[in-house]
Amino acid sequence: MESRTARIAIRVAAGLVLAFLYIPLLVVFLYAFNDSVAQDWPPKGLTLKWFSLAWDDTNMREALGNSIKIALVATFVSLLLGCLAAFAVHRFRFFGRESVSFVLVLPIALPGIVTAMALRSAMGTTGVTFSLWTIMIGHATFCVVVIFNNVIARLRRTTGSIIEASMDLGADGWQTFRYVTLPTLATALVAGGLLAFALSFDEIIVTNFLSGAELTLPKWIFNAIRLPRNRPVANAVALIVIVLSLIPVYFAQRLANPSDPERAGR
Amino acid sequence: MGDASKSVGLPRRGIRRGISGYLNVHPKVKLALILGIPLLWIGVVYLGSLGLLFANGFWRVDVLTSKIVHDWGLRNFQTLWTSKVYRTVTIRTVGIATAVAAVDVILAFPLAFYAARIARPRVRAAILVAVVLPLWSSYLVKTYAWVTITAPNGILDSVLRVFGIPNPDIGASQWAIFLTFAYLWLPFVVLPVYASLERIPESYLEASSDLGGKSWITFRRVIWPMSIPGVVAGSIFAFSLTLGDYIVPILVGNTKFIGNVIYDNVGVANNLPLAAAFAMVPVIVVAAYLALAKRLGAFEAL
Repeated sequence: MESRTARIAIRVAAGLVLAFLYIPLLVVFLYAFNDSVAQDWPPKGLTLKWFSLAWDDTNMREALGNSIKIALVATFVSLLLGCLAAFAVHRFRFFGRESVSFVLVLPIALPGIVTAMALRSAMGTTGVTFSLWTIMIGHATFCVVVIFNNVIARLRRTTGSIIEASMDLGADGWQTFRYVTLPTLATALVAGGLLAFALSFDEIIVTNFLSGAELTLPKWIFNAIRLPRNRPVANAVALIVIVLSLIPVYFAQRLANPSDPERAGR
Repeated sequence: MGDASKSVGLPRRGIRRGISGYLNVHPKVKLALILGIPLLWIGVVYLGSLGLLFANGFWRVDVLTSKIVHDWGLRNFQTLWTSKVYRTVTIRTVGIATAVAAVDVILAFPLAFYAARIARPRVRAAILVAVVLPLWSSYLVKTYAWVTITAPNGILDSVLRVFGIPNPDIGASQWAIFLTFAYLWLPFVVLPVYASLERIPESYLEASSDLGGKSWITFRRVIWPMSIPGVVAGSIFAFSLTLGDYIVPILVGNTKFIGNVIYDNVGVANNLPLAAAFAMVPVIVVAAYLALAKRLGAFEAL
C-alpha cells in the first residue's frame, strides 16, 4: 500500500488536474458577460448585451438550425447502421466479423483530416454538390461507432436465454424483437443517440471539408473567433453551447450504465 | 366481432410469421439483410474513399488545366521529402504531438490513480463524470477558452507577469498551441489509464509492500508496467488527434501544422494529390507508433 504522504500528494495532484479541466470552462462563462471587446484580465465590467446581440444575428440562427437538422439526420442514420452492425456481429459468425469494429472505429481513430479528405475527394470525383446532405453523410459515418459500441456492450451483457424463452413461448422473430430485444436495448439506444447527436452538433474538421456555402453552428463560431470584434458574441453562443451540450451527455452517462455509475465513460 | 378482427389480423400475421420463419431457416439471407446497409456504407463507401485518397497520393495535377492526371508516381512524396518547408512542418507537428501525449499521460496519471485506487465509489463516480463532461463538451468552445486565456494581456499573460516575465505574449507562440492540445485531449487519456489502473488486483499492491517495496518501487515495478496498455491507448488518442487537427493552429497560434498544409492544398492551392500524399504522413506515423507499442508488448496485458 502507498504511504500516507504519497496518498496526499496524489490527492492534491488529482485536484489540480481537475481544476485544469474546469478553469477554461469557467473562463468562457466569465467572459460571456465581459463588457469590453478586448480580452484583458481582469474583465472591466459585466453585461448581458452579447446574448441579445447573438440572438439577433440571423446567420447564427440559420447556423443553429442547420446544425440541429444535420445532427438529427446523422443520429438517425447512425442509429440504424450501428444497430444493424451490432446485431450482425453479436448474432452471426461470418467472414471478417472480427474486423467490423475495427473498420467502424476507423473514421474517428484516423486523424480527422484523413477521413474528411477521403470523403471529400470521393464526393468530388463522383460529382456530388456539397450541401447539408454531404455533411450529414460525413457525420453519420463517424457516429456509427458510438451507437455500435453502446449497443454491442448492451447485447453482450444481456443473456440469450430471454430471447430463447420468448421464442419458446411462441413469439416470432418480430415479436421477440419488438417486446424483448428492443426494451432491453432502449436505454443504450438513447444514450448512444445522445452522444452521436453531441458529436455531430459539435463537429468542424469534417464539416469544413464537406460543406458548401451553408453555415453550421461550429462554422459560425469558428468564423466569429477569427474576427476579434465578434469574439464576445461568439463567447455568449459558446456559453449556451456548453450548457446545451452538457445536458445530453450527462443523461447519456446515466442511461448507458444505470446500475454501475463507476463504469461511466467506457 | 372478435372473429372478424381475428380474421383481419390473421393473414397479415401469417405473412409476418412466414417471413420470420423463412429467415430462421435461411440465416444467410437474414445476415445479408442485417449487414447489407452498414457494409455498403462503411465497408464500400468509406473504405473506398480511403482507397481513392491513397491512390490520389500517387497522381498529379496538370499545371495548365489544374485537373488531376492519373499518372502514377512517387513525385508527391519526393516533394514532401526534399522540400525544407514540409519537413519543418512535419517535424513540428510530430514533435508537438509527442509532447502533448507525454504531458497528458503525466497529468492523467494522478487523477486516474486517485479515482481508480483511492477514492470511495461515490467520489470515483463523480470524478469519472467530471472527466467525461469536458470530453464531450464542444471542441470549439474549449478551443475558444484558450483563445481567451492566451489573448494578449489575457489571463495567462498576467499570471506570467507575476512570475517576472515582462512581455510574455503567449498567444503568438507555439506554447499556446501546445497547451490547448494538452487541454483538449486530456480526458481521452484519463479514461483508458483509469481503466487499466482499475484492473490491477489489490493483492499485487499488497504483495509488493509485504515484500518491502516502498511506494516508489511499487509504482515502478507493479503499477506502471500494468498500466502500459492504458497509457498506450491514451497516448495514441492524444497523438492522433493532434496530428489530424488544423483548427487549433489557426485559432490559437499562428503556425502551420500538417493539417493546415493539407487544408490549404485542398482549398486554395487545389492540389489534392499533394494533400493526399501529406495525409499519409500522420497515418504512417500513427501506424508506426502502434506497431512499436505492440512490439514492446503493450497489448499483451489487455
